[in-house]
Amino acid sequence: MQDLLTGILGNDILVYTIMATVPLLWIVPYALFAVWLERKVSAHMQDRLGPMRVGWHGWAQTIADILKLMQKEDIVPSAADKKLHFLAPFVVFVGSYAAFAAIPFSSAYVGSGINIGLFYVIAVSALVVVGILMAGWSSNNKWSLFGAMRSAAQIISYEIPTALALLTVVMLTGTLDLQEINRLQAGPFWNWFVFAKFPFIFVAFVIYFVASLAETNRTPFDIPEAESELVAGYHTEYSGMKFAIFFLAEYGNMFAVSAIGASVFLGGWNSPLGDLLNGPVWGAFWFISKAMFFVFVQMWLRWTLPRLRVDQLMHISWKVLTPWAFVCIIGVGILTML
Amino acid sequence: MANNIDSIEPVDRPLTTSTGRVLRSEEMVLNMGPQHPSTHGVLRLELIVDGEIIVDVIPHVGYLHRCFEKHCEAMTNYQQVIPYCDRMDYVASMNMDLAYVLAIEKLLGIQVPERVEYIRVIMAELQRIASHLIALGTYGLDVGAFTPFLFMFRDREKILDLFEMTCGARLLYNYIWIGGVSHDLPPEFIPQAKEFCKYFRPNIKEFNDLLTFNEIFIKRTANVGILPADVAIAHACSGPMLRGSGVKWDLRRNDPYSIYDRFEWEIPVGTGEYGTVGDCWDRYMVRMREMEQSLRIIEQALDRIPAGDVMSAIPKRIRPAAGDVYVRSESPRGEIGFYIVSDGSGSPYRVKARSPSYVNLSVVPEICRGSMIADVVAIVGSVDIVLGEIDR
Repeated sequence: MQDLLTGILGNDILVYTIMATVPLLWIVPYALFAVWLERKVSAHMQDRLGPMRVGWHGWAQTIADILKLMQKEDIVPSAADKKLHFLAPFVVFVGSYAAFAAIPFSSAYVGSGINIGLFYVIAVSALVVVGILMAGWSSNNKWSLFGAMRSAAQIISYEIPTALALLTVVMLTGTLDLQEINRLQAGPFWNWFVFAKFPFIFVAFVIYFVASLAETNRTPFDIPEAESELVAGYHTEYSGMKFAIFFLAEYGNMFAVSAIGASVFLGGWNSPLGDLLNGPVWGAFWFISKAMFFVFVQMWLRWTLPRLRVDQLMHISWKVLTPWAFVCIIGVGILTML
Repeated sequence: MANNIDSIEPVDRPLTTSTGRVLRSEEMVLNMGPQHPSTHGVLRLELIVDGEIIVDVIPHVGYLHRCFEKHCEAMTNYQQVIPYCDRMDYVASMNMDLAYVLAIEKLLGIQVPERVEYIRVIMAELQRIASHLIALGTYGLDVGAFTPFLFMFRDREKILDLFEMTCGARLLYNYIWIGGVSHDLPPEFIPQAKEFCKYFRPNIKEFNDLLTFNEIFIKRTANVGILPADVAIAHACSGPMLRGSGVKWDLRRNDPYSIYDRFEWEIPVGTGEYGTVGDCWDRYMVRMREMEQSLRIIEQALDRIPAGDVMSAIPKRIRPAAGDVYVRSESPRGEIGFYIVSDGSGSPYRVKARSPSYVNLSVVPEICRGSMIADVVAIVGSVDIVLGEIDR
């Protein structure tokens, strides 16, 4: 796609701008849709209808909410650290948005085709922690501080099993380039890495998915914003559009981790039917469908499970997921050598 | 406590930086409430925390104080107190009314008709189920599960429909009157109540599948907030709080009032199935099992209810002889007792309520120490407090 655009426009800067804007054009309608979906999914799981008034089955409810949030007064606590308080939501959003640069939406489109895409995604999404810590510290509120501390501990702990689980595939492919990883999974669905070196990569995939829930602060790991304990965690003191940006970042993150899972383990933009319905456009369709499925699973879990306690959370990360991720790495290594 | 907190040893030497500066580590006061999502109203807990670990909890009450007892003295007659009783424990109004009315009836020496007794038992037990549904649902919310809460509210609505059909009100009924009840049961009440019993039983299983036996829920509640039986008795706990600690004590059986001695039912007690006897899970489970027992009582009462006039025993004028009386009954939260002094006039000289939540709350600091902030939420939820009744 980059070559095509360069051919038409002949101007590199314009091309880069367009390439960089595509994820943003995706993330905003996606977030609007995902928030609506979350409401509908939760409502139908709970024997109610959810938003029904604004448009067909309330499809425009999130748009109405965004309009409301934009008009709200931006309240900054008088004792807050004004600069950090202002910057925090944007740092969080940058962390989640920057990850989109390396996500291969289709065989023809990836924001930046760097050869260390996977490494970049893992690294840049850790930037979110900085923003969350900033938000919690600058609010000058004990609940926010607790939320931020918990969040920092949680996200950093869960990066380890996430990275280790992804490493199993990297060992197999010998590349960190996400497009290359996708290309190696070409063919029908049994070529997907989740079924390779059975059962080790499958287990690694489960580890990745569990850890990714924690990275996005979703139930059962939504401890940083546990509303029944910490009121709203690190974003207690945020309202209006800044709150909306935290929200957008959370949904962006949900998609980013699902997309990485889909492209590393589940064939990414490859059609599950082999050559049937394959190609750049169908590729985007398959990729987004796979990622959205995991977004749905995240919602499903959120409205089913209670929340863990902070020490139990650490226990799961360090004593369950990390050792098992190592077992998977060793298992894949042994099977590769045989 | 069996969780990992005890294994963390306190640091007895001061922490120093590389330049030799001593780092201070001190306890922090954290104010939980009166505006907080999980203090179930306007309870304020002053938490003294060391990181995430609770050093002490000091409950502060009184944010919802409405001078109930003083108001009662200013009434022009005894009936006017009943709507105030409704507002004490506003999620179990029927039981509050019943407790007050039983006291006045004892003071007057009134014997109410059979039909009234049956209606009162049916209403009190339906209310107990409705109240437990709120307690269990909000407990789910406290530990982070949202869906069970709405499932339970859906079923509670069906009970409120039954109440509305009978007396027109859905929350504060003023239904149980001195010597009778305000309205007779409408003809469609009994079939509909029977249908509810049939509908509700499988739903209890659904709640159990969704929440009670969920691995995470058990992890969050078992071995948390353990209340040993002797401590519970020493703090005068009652209701599910006491039964959760394994003490078989239910006023409906141990000090029978109304016609509870005529029904077959059991007293569920905490067994420590997943942890230790008296933990949060046990208190939760006692409530779950009590709903089944209440259903049994309701079904028996619906089958045996006689015909008759519900108004015949209502006295025209209530003017008890000078004297005092203490009558207690089992509300969904424990022993609700009314101590009433009459000076022979038409209105009470003194009304004192012994409210179960207030007494049960007093044990919270005992069982919170050494646990974590998230556990405080779980413990306070398992005590099932209603602030309307604590502050009165």
